[in-house]
Amino acid sequence: MAIEHADVLRAAHLARVGLSEDEATGYVDDLSRILKMVDQLQAVDTQDITPLAHPLDATQRLRPDEVTEHSQRERFQACAPAVTDGLYLVPRVVE
Amino acid sequence: MHDKTLTELAAGLQAGEFSSRELCQAALERIEHLDGELNSFITVTAEQALANADAADRAREAGDAGPLAGLPLALKDIFCTQGVRTSCGSKMLDDFVSPYDATVVEKLRQAGTINLGKTNMDEFAMGSSNENSFYGPVKNPWDLSAVPGGSSGGSAAAVAAGLVPAALGTDTGGSIRQPAAFCGITGLKPTYGRVSRYGMVAYASSLDQGGPMARTAADCALLLETIAGHDVRDSTSVARVVPDYSAELDTSLAGLKIGLPKEYFGDGLDPEVETAVREAIKVYESLGAKVCEVSLPHTHLAIPAYYVIAPAEASSNLSRYDGVRFGHRCEDPTDLEDLYKRTRAEGFGEEVKRRILIGTHTLSEGFFDAYYLKAQQVRRLIRQDFLDAFDEVDVLMGPTAPTPAFDLGAQKDPVSMYLQDIYTIAVNLAGIPGISVPAGFAGNRPVGLQVLAPHFAEAQLLGVAHQFQQATDWHLKRPAFGKEMA
Repeated sequence: MAIEHADVLRAAHLARVGLSEDEATGYVDDLSRILKMVDQLQAVDTQDITPLAHPLDATQRLRPDEVTEHSQRERFQACAPAVTDGLYLVPRVVE
Repeated sequence: MHDKTLTELAAGLQAGEFSSRELCQAALERIEHLDGELNSFITVTAEQALANADAADRAREAGDAGPLAGLPLALKDIFCTQGVRTSCGSKMLDDFVSPYDATVVEKLRQAGTINLGKTNMDEFAMGSSNENSFYGPVKNPWDLSAVPGGSSGGSAAAVAAGLVPAALGTDTGGSIRQPAAFCGITGLKPTYGRVSRYGMVAYASSLDQGGPMARTAADCALLLETIAGHDVRDSTSVARVVPDYSAELDTSLAGLKIGLPKEYFGDGLDPEVETAVREAIKVYESLGAKVCEVSLPHTHLAIPAYYVIAPAEASSNLSRYDGVRFGHRCEDPTDLEDLYKRTRAEGFGEEVKRRILIGTHTLSEGFFDAYYLKAQQVRRLIRQDFLDAFDEVDVLMGPTAPTPAFDLGAQKDPVSMYLQDIYTIAVNLAGIPGISVPAGFAGNRPVGLQVLAPHFAEAQLLGVAHQFQQATDWHLKRPAFGKEMA
Protein backbone atom coordinates (compact mmCIF):
# COMPACT_ATOMS: atom_id res chain seq x y z
CA MET A 1 0.00 0.00 0.00
CA ALA A 2 1.51 3.30 -1.08
CA ILE A 3 1.33 6.39 1.08
CA GLU A 4 0.32 9.70 -0.42
CA HIS A 5 0.91 13.31 0.45
CA ALA A 6 -2.51 13.61 2.10
CA ASP A 7 -1.84 10.47 4.22
CA VAL A 8 1.41 11.97 5.52
CA LEU A 9 -0.33 15.21 6.47
CA ARG A 10 -3.14 13.25 8.13
CA ALA A 11 -0.69 11.15 10.18
CA ALA A 12 1.26 14.28 11.13
CA HIS A 13 -1.94 15.94 12.32
CA LEU A 14 -3.03 12.85 14.30
CA ALA A 15 0.43 12.69 15.89
CA ARG A 16 0.47 16.47 16.47
CA VAL A 17 3.77 16.88 14.68
CA GLY A 18 3.95 20.16 12.81
CA LEU A 19 4.80 19.52 9.15
CA SER A 20 4.71 21.96 6.27
CA GLU A 21 3.41 20.91 2.83
CA ASP A 22 7.00 20.81 1.59
CA GLU A 23 8.28 18.77 4.52
CA ALA A 24 5.43 16.30 3.97
CA THR A 25 6.58 15.88 0.37
CA GLY A 26 10.00 14.86 1.70
CA TYR A 27 8.47 12.10 3.82
CA VAL A 28 6.26 10.60 1.08
CA ASP A 29 9.18 8.86 -0.58
CA ASP A 30 10.81 7.55 2.63
CA LEU A 31 7.57 6.32 4.13
CA SER A 32 6.51 4.69 0.87
CA ARG A 33 9.73 2.72 0.75
CA ILE A 34 9.28 1.62 4.35
CA LEU A 35 5.69 0.53 3.67
CA LYS A 36 6.77 -1.28 0.51
CA MET A 37 9.23 -3.28 2.62
CA VAL A 38 6.50 -3.89 5.22
CA ASP A 39 4.13 -5.14 2.51
CA GLN A 40 6.04 -8.44 2.41
CA LEU A 41 3.82 -9.34 5.36
CA GLN A 42 0.79 -9.47 3.08
CA ALA A 43 2.17 -12.53 1.27
CA VAL A 44 1.90 -14.74 4.39
CA ASP A 45 -1.21 -16.72 5.21
CA THR A 46 -2.02 -15.86 8.82
CA GLN A 47 -5.55 -17.21 8.97
CA ASP A 48 -6.32 -18.59 12.45
CA ILE A 49 -3.06 -17.26 13.92
CA THR A 50 -3.64 -15.40 17.17
CA PRO A 51 -1.86 -12.03 17.23
CA LEU A 52 1.09 -12.00 19.67
CA ALA A 53 1.11 -8.87 21.83
CA HIS A 54 3.55 -10.03 24.52
CA PRO A 55 6.50 -12.32 23.83
CA LEU A 56 5.75 -14.43 26.92
CA ASP A 57 1.96 -14.31 26.35
CA ALA A 58 1.65 -12.72 29.78
CA THR A 59 -1.36 -10.67 30.78
CA GLN A 60 -1.48 -7.60 32.98
CA ARG A 61 -0.61 -8.20 36.62
CA LEU A 62 -3.41 -7.39 39.06
CA ARG A 63 -2.84 -5.96 42.51
CA PRO A 64 -5.09 -5.15 45.46
CA ASP A 65 -6.90 -1.84 45.09
CA GLU A 66 -4.81 -0.01 47.66
CA VAL A 67 -3.09 3.35 47.61
CA THR A 68 0.57 2.81 46.70
CA GLU A 69 1.56 6.27 45.50
CA HIS A 70 1.67 9.44 47.51
CA SER A 71 1.51 12.91 46.04
CA GLN A 72 4.87 14.22 44.84
CA ARG A 73 3.47 17.10 42.83
CA GLU A 74 6.18 19.63 43.60
CA ARG A 75 8.95 17.23 42.77
CA PHE A 76 7.38 16.20 39.49
CA GLN A 77 6.47 19.73 38.50
CA ALA A 78 10.03 20.91 39.06
CA CYS A 79 10.84 19.78 35.50
CA ALA A 80 7.73 21.28 33.89
CA PRO A 81 8.09 24.19 31.44
CA ALA A 82 5.40 26.34 33.12
CA VAL A 83 3.46 25.86 36.38
CA THR A 84 1.58 28.14 38.75
CA ASP A 85 -0.06 27.18 42.04
CA GLY A 86 0.54 23.50 41.33
CA LEU A 87 -1.13 23.68 37.91
CA TYR A 88 0.45 23.12 34.52
CA LEU A 89 0.07 26.18 32.31
CA VAL A 90 -1.00 25.92 28.66
CA PRO A 91 -2.42 28.50 26.24
CA ARG A 92 -6.04 29.40 27.01
CA VAL A 93 -8.41 26.71 25.70
CA VAL A 94 -11.78 28.13 26.83
CA GLU A 95 -12.41 31.85 26.27
CA MET B 1 44.15 -0.14 34.54
CA HIS B 2 41.90 0.69 31.57
CA ASP B 3 42.65 -2.71 29.99
CA LYS B 4 41.30 -4.67 32.91
CA THR B 5 37.96 -6.40 33.15
CA LEU B 6 35.35 -5.62 35.76
CA THR B 7 36.16 -8.92 37.46
CA GLU B 8 39.88 -8.05 37.65
CA LEU B 9 39.15 -4.54 38.91
CA ALA B 10 36.83 -5.92 41.58
CA ALA B 11 39.62 -8.21 42.76
CA GLY B 12 42.10 -5.31 42.74
CA LEU B 13 39.78 -3.18 44.88
CA GLN B 14 39.22 -6.07 47.25
CA ALA B 15 42.96 -6.69 47.58
CA GLY B 16 43.63 -2.99 48.19
CA GLU B 17 45.87 -2.63 45.10
CA PHE B 18 44.09 0.63 44.32
CA SER B 19 41.17 2.62 45.66
CA SER B 20 37.89 3.35 43.95
CA ARG B 21 38.90 7.02 43.85
CA GLU B 22 42.10 6.16 41.97
CA LEU B 23 40.19 3.92 39.61
CA CYS B 24 37.46 6.48 38.90
CA GLN B 25 39.98 9.31 38.64
CA ALA B 26 41.95 7.38 36.02
CA ALA B 27 38.79 6.62 34.04
CA LEU B 28 37.66 10.26 34.22
CA GLU B 29 41.05 11.38 32.94
CA ARG B 30 40.74 9.05 29.97
CA ILE B 31 37.26 10.39 29.29
CA GLU B 32 38.53 13.95 29.47
CA HIS B 33 41.43 13.32 27.10
CA LEU B 34 39.91 10.88 24.65
CA ASP B 35 36.21 11.52 24.49
CA GLY B 36 36.49 14.82 22.65
CA GLU B 37 37.30 12.65 19.65
CA LEU B 38 34.87 9.78 20.32
CA ASN B 39 31.84 11.70 21.64
CA SER B 40 30.69 8.63 23.55
CA PHE B 41 29.39 10.59 26.56
CA ILE B 42 26.56 13.12 26.63
CA THR B 43 27.03 13.94 30.31
CA VAL B 44 29.99 13.20 32.60
CA THR B 45 29.21 13.28 36.33
CA ALA B 46 32.79 13.59 37.58
CA GLU B 47 32.21 15.38 40.87
CA GLN B 48 29.39 13.14 42.00
CA ALA B 49 31.35 10.06 40.89
CA LEU B 50 34.40 10.97 42.97
CA ALA B 51 32.25 11.65 46.03
CA ASN B 52 30.59 8.25 45.58
CA ALA B 53 33.99 6.62 45.04
CA ASP B 54 35.17 8.03 48.36
CA ALA B 55 32.07 6.65 50.03
CA ALA B 56 32.76 3.23 48.47
CA ASP B 57 36.36 3.37 49.72
CA ARG B 58 35.19 4.19 53.21
CA ALA B 59 32.64 1.36 53.10
CA ARG B 60 35.37 -1.04 52.04
CA GLU B 61 37.64 0.07 54.86
CA ALA B 62 34.78 -0.53 57.25
CA GLY B 63 34.36 -4.03 55.84
CA ASP B 64 30.97 -3.03 54.55
CA ALA B 65 31.40 -3.19 50.76
CA GLY B 66 29.83 -5.67 48.33
CA PRO B 67 31.83 -7.24 45.49
CA LEU B 68 30.92 -4.53 42.96
CA ALA B 69 31.39 -1.56 45.31
CA GLY B 70 33.58 1.17 43.88
CA LEU B 71 33.58 -0.07 40.26
CA PRO B 72 33.09 2.68 37.65
CA LEU B 73 30.35 2.21 35.04
CA ALA B 74 28.48 4.28 32.48
CA LEU B 75 24.78 4.31 31.67
CA LYS B 76 23.16 4.78 28.30
CA ASP B 77 21.36 8.12 28.51
CA ILE B 78 18.01 6.34 28.33
CA PHE B 79 18.06 5.33 32.02
CA CYS B 80 16.55 7.93 34.31
CA THR B 81 19.02 9.22 36.89
CA GLN B 82 17.74 11.39 39.68
CA GLY B 83 19.28 14.85 39.60
CA VAL B 84 21.24 14.15 36.41
CA ARG B 85 20.08 15.07 32.91
CA THR B 86 18.47 12.17 31.02
CA SER B 87 18.35 13.29 27.39
CA CYS B 88 17.68 10.05 25.49
CA GLY B 89 19.79 11.61 22.73
CA SER B 90 17.02 14.08 21.96
CA LYS B 91 16.58 17.82 21.88
CA MET B 92 13.17 17.07 23.40
CA LEU B 93 14.83 16.06 26.69
CA ASP B 94 17.94 18.25 26.46
CA ASP B 95 17.11 19.95 29.75
CA PHE B 96 15.21 17.10 31.42
CA VAL B 97 16.56 16.33 34.88
CA SER B 98 14.84 13.19 36.08
CA PRO B 99 13.04 13.37 39.44
CA TYR B 100 13.66 9.65 40.04
CA ASP B 101 16.04 6.75 39.35
CA ALA B 102 15.34 3.82 37.05
CA THR B 103 15.14 0.51 38.92
CA VAL B 104 18.42 -0.72 37.38
CA VAL B 105 20.13 2.54 38.39
CA GLU B 106 18.88 2.07 41.94
CA LYS B 107 20.10 -1.54 41.99
CA LEU B 108 23.54 -0.56 40.70
CA ARG B 109 23.79 2.18 43.28
CA GLN B 110 22.80 -0.22 46.06
CA ALA B 111 25.58 -2.53 44.85
CA GLY B 112 27.97 0.41 45.29
CA THR B 113 28.95 0.91 41.64
CA ILE B 114 29.94 4.39 40.54
CA ASN B 115 28.16 6.03 37.62
CA LEU B 116 30.67 8.13 35.64
CA GLY B 117 28.10 9.50 33.24
CA LYS B 118 25.48 9.06 30.56
CA THR B 119 26.44 7.72 27.16
CA ASN B 120 25.49 8.88 23.69
CA MET B 121 22.83 7.08 21.71
CA ASP B 122 20.54 7.33 18.71
CA GLU B 123 17.63 9.60 19.59
CA PHE B 124 15.03 7.62 21.59
CA ALA B 125 17.06 4.48 20.71
CA MET B 126 15.97 4.67 17.07
CA GLY B 127 18.95 3.84 14.90
CA SER B 128 21.71 1.40 14.12
CA SER B 129 24.68 3.76 13.79
CA ASN B 130 24.43 6.38 16.56
CA GLU B 131 24.21 9.01 13.81
CA ASN B 132 20.67 9.98 14.89
CA SER B 133 21.79 11.61 18.14
CA PHE B 134 21.00 15.27 18.87
CA TYR B 135 24.50 15.36 20.40
CA GLY B 136 26.27 14.27 17.23
CA PRO B 137 27.63 10.93 16.04
CA VAL B 138 29.97 8.69 18.04
CA LYS B 139 33.14 7.34 16.45
CA ASN B 140 34.27 3.73 16.55
CA PRO B 141 37.55 3.46 18.53
CA TRP B 142 38.79 0.72 16.16
CA ASP B 143 38.52 3.04 13.18
CA LEU B 144 37.51 6.66 13.67
CA SER B 145 35.97 6.77 10.20
CA ALA B 146 33.48 4.03 11.17
CA VAL B 147 30.25 4.12 13.17
CA PRO B 148 30.15 2.35 16.55
CA GLY B 149 26.72 0.86 15.75
CA GLY B 150 23.55 1.78 17.55
CA SER B 151 21.52 2.61 19.28
CA SER B 152 23.76 1.96 22.34
CA GLY B 153 26.77 3.28 20.38
CA GLY B 154 28.14 5.50 23.14
CA SER B 155 28.17 2.65 25.68
CA ALA B 156 29.91 0.33 23.20
CA ALA B 157 32.54 2.88 22.15
CA ALA B 158 33.25 3.90 25.77
CA VAL B 159 33.89 0.29 26.81
CA ALA B 160 35.93 -0.51 23.68
CA ALA B 161 38.13 2.56 24.19
CA GLY B 162 38.75 1.67 27.83
CA LEU B 163 36.98 4.76 29.19
CA VAL B 164 34.89 2.51 31.43
CA PRO B 165 35.14 -1.23 32.08
CA ALA B 166 31.41 -1.76 31.43
CA ALA B 167 28.18 0.07 30.67
CA LEU B 168 24.47 -0.53 30.40
CA GLY B 169 22.65 -0.41 27.10
CA THR B 170 19.18 -1.21 25.84
CA ASP B 171 18.11 -3.44 22.99
CA THR B 172 14.82 -3.14 21.08
CA GLY B 173 15.95 -4.64 17.77
CA GLY B 174 19.68 -5.21 18.26
CA SER B 175 20.80 -2.03 20.02
CA ILE B 176 23.07 -3.80 22.52
CA ARG B 177 24.31 -6.65 20.34
CA GLN B 178 25.06 -4.81 17.09
CA PRO B 179 27.19 -2.02 18.67
CA ALA B 180 28.89 -4.67 20.84
CA ALA B 181 29.80 -6.52 17.63
CA PHE B 182 30.95 -3.34 15.84
CA CYS B 183 33.14 -2.30 18.79
CA GLY B 184 34.57 -5.72 19.69
CA ILE B 185 32.97 -6.08 23.12
CA THR B 186 30.51 -8.49 24.75
CA GLY B 187 26.86 -7.41 24.98
CA LEU B 188 23.85 -9.28 26.33
CA LYS B 189 20.18 -8.69 25.62
CA PRO B 190 18.28 -10.53 28.35
CA THR B 191 14.91 -12.27 27.99
CA TYR B 192 12.00 -9.83 27.78
CA GLY B 193 10.87 -9.27 31.37
CA ARG B 194 14.16 -10.33 33.00
CA VAL B 195 15.29 -6.74 33.72
CA SER B 196 12.91 -4.02 34.91
CA ARG B 197 12.05 -1.33 32.37
CA TYR B 198 10.94 1.11 35.07
CA GLY B 199 12.69 4.41 34.47
CA MET B 200 14.01 3.34 31.08
CA VAL B 201 12.66 5.80 28.52
CA ALA B 202 10.20 3.77 26.46
CA TYR B 203 10.61 3.26 22.73
CA ALA B 204 8.70 0.02 21.92
CA SER B 205 7.49 -1.41 25.20
CA SER B 206 6.88 -5.00 24.08
CA LEU B 207 10.46 -5.23 22.73
CA ASP B 208 12.68 -2.99 24.92
CA GLN B 209 15.09 -4.67 27.32
CA GLY B 210 18.12 -3.30 29.18
CA GLY B 211 21.33 -5.26 29.56
CA PRO B 212 25.09 -5.23 30.18
CA MET B 213 27.89 -4.31 27.75
CA ALA B 214 31.37 -5.25 28.92
CA ARG B 215 34.69 -6.83 27.92
CA THR B 216 33.80 -10.39 28.86
CA ALA B 217 30.86 -12.71 29.40
CA ALA B 218 31.95 -13.08 33.04
CA ASP B 219 31.57 -9.30 33.50
CA CYS B 220 28.14 -9.40 31.86
CA ALA B 221 27.17 -12.16 34.32
CA LEU B 222 28.22 -9.99 37.28
CA LEU B 223 26.15 -7.09 36.02
CA LEU B 224 23.12 -9.12 35.00
CA GLU B 225 22.81 -10.76 38.41
CA THR B 226 22.86 -7.24 39.89
CA ILE B 227 20.24 -5.63 37.64
CA ALA B 228 17.85 -8.54 36.92
CA GLY B 229 14.75 -9.41 38.88
CA HIS B 230 11.09 -8.72 39.42
CA ASP B 231 9.95 -5.16 39.98
CA VAL B 232 6.40 -4.28 40.98
CA ARG B 233 6.84 -0.97 39.14
CA ASP B 234 7.19 -2.75 35.78
CA SER B 235 4.14 -4.94 35.18
CA THR B 236 5.98 -6.82 32.42
CA SER B 237 8.93 -7.80 34.61
CA VAL B 238 8.81 -11.48 35.50
CA ALA B 239 8.66 -12.88 39.03
CA ARG B 240 11.30 -15.55 38.67
CA VAL B 241 14.40 -16.26 40.73
CA VAL B 242 17.59 -14.65 39.40
CA PRO B 243 20.23 -17.39 39.07
CA ASP B 244 23.82 -16.95 40.21
CA TYR B 245 25.07 -16.42 36.67
CA SER B 246 28.72 -16.13 37.73
CA ALA B 247 28.60 -19.53 39.40
CA GLU B 248 27.36 -21.22 36.23
CA LEU B 249 29.99 -19.93 33.81
CA ASP B 250 32.14 -23.04 33.87
CA THR B 251 29.57 -25.58 32.72
CA SER B 252 31.23 -27.89 30.16
CA LEU B 253 30.32 -27.57 26.50
CA ALA B 254 30.63 -31.32 25.88
CA GLY B 255 27.48 -32.48 24.13
CA LEU B 256 26.13 -28.94 23.63
CA LYS B 257 23.93 -28.89 20.53
CA ILE B 258 24.47 -25.79 18.38
CA GLY B 259 22.08 -24.94 15.57
CA LEU B 260 23.17 -22.74 12.69
CA PRO B 261 20.11 -21.06 11.14
CA LYS B 262 20.67 -21.37 7.41
CA GLU B 263 18.86 -18.04 6.90
CA TYR B 264 21.67 -16.33 8.87
CA PHE B 265 24.33 -17.41 6.39
CA GLY B 266 22.68 -16.35 3.15
CA ASP B 267 22.86 -13.48 0.68
CA GLY B 268 24.10 -10.18 2.01
CA LEU B 269 26.51 -11.68 4.55
CA ASP B 270 30.00 -10.20 4.22
CA PRO B 271 32.46 -13.03 3.38
CA GLU B 272 35.02 -11.95 6.00
CA VAL B 273 32.31 -11.86 8.66
CA GLU B 274 31.18 -15.33 7.61
CA THR B 275 34.75 -16.68 7.77
CA ALA B 276 35.27 -15.32 11.28
CA VAL B 277 31.95 -16.72 12.50
CA ARG B 278 32.58 -20.16 10.98
CA GLU B 279 36.04 -20.22 12.61
CA ALA B 280 34.41 -19.44 15.96
CA ILE B 281 31.99 -22.32 15.49
CA LYS B 282 34.96 -24.63 14.82
CA VAL B 283 36.33 -23.60 18.22
CA TYR B 284 33.07 -24.76 19.77
CA GLU B 285 33.35 -28.07 17.94
CA SER B 286 36.86 -28.51 19.29
CA LEU B 287 35.42 -27.95 22.79
CA GLY B 288 33.00 -30.83 22.36
CA ALA B 289 29.88 -29.16 20.95
CA LYS B 290 27.84 -30.73 18.14
CA VAL B 291 26.81 -28.50 15.24
CA CYS B 292 23.89 -28.89 12.85
CA GLU B 293 21.95 -26.71 10.45
CA VAL B 294 18.45 -25.53 11.41
CA SER B 295 15.89 -23.31 9.74
CA LEU B 296 14.02 -20.24 10.97
CA PRO B 297 11.72 -20.01 7.95
CA HIS B 298 10.08 -16.67 8.80
CA THR B 299 13.36 -14.76 9.23
CA HIS B 300 12.74 -12.59 6.15
CA LEU B 301 9.55 -11.26 7.77
CA ALA B 302 11.19 -10.06 10.99
CA ILE B 303 12.20 -6.62 9.72
CA PRO B 304 8.80 -5.96 8.06
CA ALA B 305 6.95 -7.03 11.25
CA TYR B 306 9.28 -4.98 13.44
CA TYR B 307 8.77 -1.82 11.36
CA VAL B 308 5.05 -2.04 12.02
CA ILE B 309 5.12 -3.03 15.70
CA ALA B 310 7.99 -0.84 16.94
CA PRO B 311 6.84 2.42 15.27
CA ALA B 312 3.25 1.75 16.36
CA GLU B 313 4.33 1.38 19.98
CA ALA B 314 6.69 4.36 19.61
CA SER B 315 3.97 6.63 18.22
CA SER B 316 1.93 5.86 21.32
CA ASN B 317 4.81 6.07 23.82
CA LEU B 318 6.17 9.32 22.41
CA SER B 319 2.78 11.05 22.58
CA ARG B 320 3.74 11.99 26.15
CA TYR B 321 6.18 14.64 24.85
CA ASP B 322 3.65 17.41 24.57
CA GLY B 323 5.50 20.43 25.93
CA VAL B 324 3.27 20.55 29.00
CA ARG B 325 4.67 18.39 31.80
CA PHE B 326 8.39 18.10 31.00
CA GLY B 327 10.85 18.44 28.17
CA HIS B 328 11.11 20.96 25.36
CA ARG B 329 8.39 23.56 24.81
CA CYS B 330 8.15 25.87 21.78
CA GLU B 331 8.25 29.66 22.21
CA ASP B 332 5.03 31.70 22.35
CA PRO B 333 2.40 29.12 21.35
CA THR B 334 -0.76 30.70 19.95
CA ASP B 335 -3.05 27.89 21.09
CA LEU B 336 -2.84 24.35 22.46
CA GLU B 337 -2.59 22.68 19.06
CA ASP B 338 0.21 25.04 18.05
CA LEU B 339 1.96 24.23 21.34
CA TYR B 340 1.82 20.49 20.64
CA LYS B 341 2.72 20.68 16.97
CA ARG B 342 5.62 23.10 17.17
CA THR B 343 7.02 21.54 20.35
CA ARG B 344 7.10 18.13 18.67
CA ALA B 345 8.30 19.47 15.31
CA GLU B 346 11.23 21.22 17.04
CA GLY B 347 11.98 18.58 19.68
CA PHE B 348 12.13 15.42 17.55
CA GLY B 349 14.75 14.60 14.91
CA GLU B 350 14.16 13.19 11.43
CA GLU B 351 14.21 9.46 12.22
CA VAL B 352 11.98 9.82 15.26
CA LYS B 353 9.43 11.75 13.21
CA ARG B 354 9.62 9.14 10.47
CA ARG B 355 8.77 6.38 12.94
CA ILE B 356 6.03 8.38 14.64
CA LEU B 357 4.45 9.03 11.24
CA ILE B 358 4.69 5.38 10.15
CA GLY B 359 3.31 4.20 13.49
CA THR B 360 0.46 6.69 13.47
CA HIS B 361 -0.40 5.81 9.87
CA THR B 362 -0.44 2.03 10.42
CA LEU B 363 -2.57 2.38 13.56
CA SER B 364 -5.04 4.77 11.94
CA GLU B 365 -8.54 3.91 10.84
CA GLY B 366 -8.64 1.66 7.82
CA PHE B 367 -5.06 0.41 8.15
CA PHE B 368 -4.95 -1.23 11.61
CA ASP B 369 -5.93 -4.79 10.56
CA ALA B 370 -3.74 -4.87 7.46
CA TYR B 371 -0.65 -3.67 9.28
CA TYR B 372 -0.72 -3.96 13.05
CA LEU B 373 -2.77 -7.14 13.52
CA LYS B 374 -1.01 -8.77 10.60
CA ALA B 375 2.40 -7.93 12.08
CA GLN B 376 1.37 -9.38 15.45
CA GLN B 377 0.28 -12.59 13.75
CA VAL B 378 3.60 -12.82 11.94
CA ARG B 379 5.30 -12.12 15.26
CA ARG B 380 3.79 -15.35 16.60
CA LEU B 381 5.15 -17.26 13.59
CA ILE B 382 8.60 -15.79 14.18
CA ARG B 383 8.57 -16.77 17.84
CA GLN B 384 7.38 -20.27 16.90
CA ASP B 385 10.40 -20.65 14.58
CA PHE B 386 12.67 -20.23 17.61
CA LEU B 387 10.61 -22.51 19.87
CA ASP B 388 10.74 -25.23 17.19
CA ALA B 389 14.49 -24.79 16.74
CA PHE B 390 15.07 -25.06 20.50
CA ASP B 391 13.29 -28.43 20.45
CA GLU B 392 16.24 -29.65 18.38
CA VAL B 393 19.24 -27.70 19.70
CA ASP B 394 20.40 -25.93 22.89
CA VAL B 395 21.60 -22.67 21.35
CA LEU B 396 21.67 -20.96 17.97
CA MET B 397 24.75 -19.27 16.52
CA GLY B 398 25.44 -16.93 13.65
CA PRO B 399 26.79 -13.48 12.88
CA THR B 400 25.48 -10.56 14.96
CA ALA B 401 25.43 -8.25 11.95
CA PRO B 402 25.79 -8.92 8.21
CA THR B 403 28.81 -6.60 7.86
CA PRO B 404 31.48 -5.09 10.08
CA ALA B 405 31.01 -1.45 11.15
CA PHE B 406 30.28 0.73 8.12
CA ASP B 407 31.68 4.20 7.47
CA LEU B 408 30.12 7.26 9.08
CA GLY B 409 27.62 8.70 6.62
CA ALA B 410 27.59 5.57 4.43
CA GLN B 411 23.98 4.50 5.00
CA LYS B 412 21.81 7.26 3.64
CA ASP B 413 18.60 5.38 2.93
CA PRO B 414 16.47 4.47 5.99
CA VAL B 415 15.43 1.07 4.65
CA SER B 416 19.01 -0.04 3.98
CA MET B 417 19.90 1.08 7.52
CA TYR B 418 17.01 -1.03 8.87
CA LEU B 419 18.37 -4.10 7.08
CA GLN B 420 21.49 -3.91 9.29
CA ASP B 421 19.42 -5.52 12.04
CA ILE B 422 18.45 -8.58 10.03
CA TYR B 423 19.97 -11.12 12.47
CA THR B 424 19.09 -9.34 15.70
CA ILE B 425 15.55 -8.06 15.29
CA ALA B 426 13.66 -11.39 15.35
CA VAL B 427 15.16 -12.08 18.77
CA ASN B 428 13.29 -9.11 20.27
CA LEU B 429 10.05 -10.13 18.55
CA ALA B 430 10.43 -13.60 20.12
CA GLY B 431 11.55 -12.18 23.49
CA ILE B 432 14.49 -14.62 23.83
CA PRO B 433 17.96 -13.66 25.12
CA GLY B 434 20.97 -13.11 22.85
CA ILE B 435 24.62 -12.24 23.31
CA SER B 436 27.26 -10.88 20.95
CA VAL B 437 30.81 -12.09 21.55
CA PRO B 438 34.00 -10.82 19.84
CA ALA B 439 35.01 -13.40 17.23
CA GLY B 440 37.71 -11.84 15.05
CA PHE B 441 38.07 -9.08 12.53
CA ALA B 442 37.12 -8.12 9.01
CA GLY B 443 40.04 -5.89 8.06
CA ASN B 444 40.59 -3.62 11.06
CA ARG B 445 36.97 -3.80 12.24
CA PRO B 446 35.65 -6.32 14.80
CA VAL B 447 33.20 -9.15 14.07
CA GLY B 448 30.63 -10.41 16.56
CA LEU B 449 29.35 -13.94 17.01
CA GLN B 450 25.72 -13.98 18.12
CA VAL B 451 24.51 -16.76 20.42
CA LEU B 452 20.80 -17.19 21.12
CA ALA B 453 19.09 -19.33 23.77
CA PRO B 454 15.53 -20.11 24.93
CA HIS B 455 13.60 -17.74 27.21
CA PHE B 456 15.37 -17.28 30.57
CA ALA B 457 18.42 -19.38 29.56
CA GLU B 458 20.84 -16.50 30.20
CA ALA B 459 22.97 -18.72 32.45
CA GLN B 460 23.56 -21.10 29.56
CA LEU B 461 24.16 -18.24 27.15
CA LEU B 462 26.76 -16.63 29.42
CA GLY B 463 28.44 -19.98 30.06
CA VAL B 464 28.64 -20.72 26.33
CA ALA B 465 30.17 -17.28 25.72
CA HIS B 466 32.55 -17.58 28.68
CA GLN B 467 33.87 -20.96 27.53
CA PHE B 468 34.67 -19.43 24.14
CA GLN B 469 36.56 -16.64 25.87
CA GLN B 470 38.60 -19.21 27.79
CA ALA B 471 39.68 -20.74 24.47
CA THR B 472 40.20 -17.57 22.39
CA ASP B 473 41.63 -14.10 22.91
CA TRP B 474 39.47 -11.95 20.61
CA HIS B 475 37.87 -10.30 23.67
CA LEU B 476 41.34 -9.24 24.88
CA LYS B 477 42.19 -7.27 21.73
CA ARG B 478 42.24 -3.52 22.27
CA PRO B 479 42.16 -0.74 19.67
CA ALA B 480 45.24 1.43 19.12
CA PHE B 481 43.11 4.48 19.99
CA GLY B 482 44.01 5.76 23.45
CA LYS B 483 46.62 3.06 24.00
CA GLU B 484 49.36 5.58 24.84
CA MET B 485 47.39 6.82 27.85
CA ALA B 486 47.69 5.04 31.19
